[in-house]
Amino acid sequence: MSAPTATGETALHRDAAEHLLGAYAAGKAVAPVVEAFPQATITDAYRIQQVQVARWVADGDRVRGHKVGLASAAMQRQAGVNQPDYGHLTQSMFFLEHEPIPPGTFLQPRIEPEIAFVLARPLRGPGVTVADAVSAIDFVLPALEIVDSRVADWRIGIVDTISDNASSGGVVLGATPVSPRSVDLRLTGCVLHHNGVVAATGAGGAVLGSPINSLVWLANTVGPLGIELEAGHVVLPGSMTSAQTISAGDTVATTIAGVGSVTAVMGREESQ
Amino acid sequence: MTTTGTTWDIASVVDTLLEAERTATARSSIAKEWPGLDVATAYDAQDLALRRRHERGERTVGVKLGLTSKAKQAQMKVDEPSVAWLTDAMELKAGRSIPVDELIHPRVEPEIVFVLDKPLRGPGVTAASALAAVGVVMAGLEIIDSRFAGYGFTLPDGIADNNSSGLFATGSVACAPNGLDLALEGCLLEIDGAVVDSATGAAVLGHPAEALAFAANQFGRRGHTLEPGWIVLTGGLTNAVPVEAGARIAAHFSHLGSVVVSG
Repeated sequence: MSAPTATGETALHRDAAEHLLGAYAAGKAVAPVVEAFPQATITDAYRIQQVQVARWVADGDRVRGHKVGLASAAMQRQAGVNQPDYGHLTQSMFFLEHEPIPPGTFLQPRIEPEIAFVLARPLRGPGVTVADAVSAIDFVLPALEIVDSRVADWRIGIVDTISDNASSGGVVLGATPVSPRSVDLRLTGCVLHHNGVVAATGAGGAVLGSPINSLVWLANTVGPLGIELEAGHVVLPGSMTSAQTISAGDTVATTIAGVGSVTAVMGREESQ
Repeated sequence: MTTTGTTWDIASVVDTLLEAERTATARSSIAKEWPGLDVATAYDAQDLALRRRHERGERTVGVKLGLTSKAKQAQMKVDEPSVAWLTDAMELKAGRSIPVDELIHPRVEPEIVFVLDKPLRGPGVTAASALAAVGVVMAGLEIIDSRFAGYGFTLPDGIADNNSSGLFATGSVACAPNGLDLALEGCLLEIDGAVVDSATGAAVLGHPAEALAFAANQFGRRGHTLEPGWIVLTGGLTNAVPVEAGARIAAHFSHLGSVVVSG
């Protein structure tokens, strides 16, 4: 994907983007977008998101994939919506499994277990089918997505979260690839351990009936906007469980049957 | 309270709850009227209710666990599960729909079901020794139906009420436990074709064999052995979901197949 287009960008989009970019810069969450910009619609929200992504790319970051949010019945009920949303994954959001993630990287992080897709071939909607999506996948990886909100106390509605890059934060990928052909991605089970205790369980089908359906939805949603899912890109299809709040010093691990496991380590403040 | 003046004892608790079940009529908490209904007394009531069920021709076919998730334990302010009896009258036979009209406010939850092929008698049963007594593992759906209005009951109320027992259905595949990782066994709960929740066996005390061991030890302390051939419902994997008349309810498991019932 090239840098997002600025077509149709208005002062509203630029101002709202600055509002959220200010939270990253100050390391402090801000008021909901809909409070500061009550006229913003969902369409505006995606443009606000794109203004921020364009800024990050201009500053040297790179788009390396996408995430789908609000992909489970539970999450959609919680947010009062009936459709998923999407955000961009940039290079700076990827963290390694064995390295503690520095404290202060996120404002108010939560963590979710996912089955990440890595594409072998581009996918461009509309018209992408399940068959197209499966054959475009190179391999799947176990993943932990760290979601975060630049909106204070996670007081978000659909416009707030879409404007805020679908509440993206970071991602830790497991390093052992598995073919999507060897796993029943719909029925596979997933256990999330938070500091060694079972915190949540779920199955692949919690994500739109199958994580593959999420990939199809993403390709068909961004395609008409001129966005292609590129070869080599990572797609996070959505969480199989509810999100768990995490703090500095926490260790979170997920095991996904047939896919493997991955651990995220939240670094502690260094004592002087 | 409408029952002011009732003098409660174990027999009247049992008669009241069995009548509430027969007539599909909800009532208010008994424990709030009778402080003497503590957990031990409630289990005595549960055992007397089982004898009443035997007297009318039912046979014991197994046991079930409740309060196996941390969330439900926190809700009831306890730190361990509760257990109850299953009789043959509670089996929902394959192809039969849930008799919603004969129930008060049924809810459904997917479970991992064990059938024992060796006796288990606690105390001292571990998850490993419990699993070694399992003959087959099956998918299950339990239809619970509290006799208390709005599922508003205390722990002793719930135990006296046989843990809200209603009906249970088992899937069409009997799997050997060998080689199955039940902690990672995935389960999707669907209502009318839409996924409403998902979980794995780890949602039940970390592993369903822990639930079986708990049941063997709990019943063992009360002098009961879990017998070969008995069915053990190990506890809801997800929150219980209300059953609507005409709804199609399905639990799909990664290795245990599916179990489907209609409301």
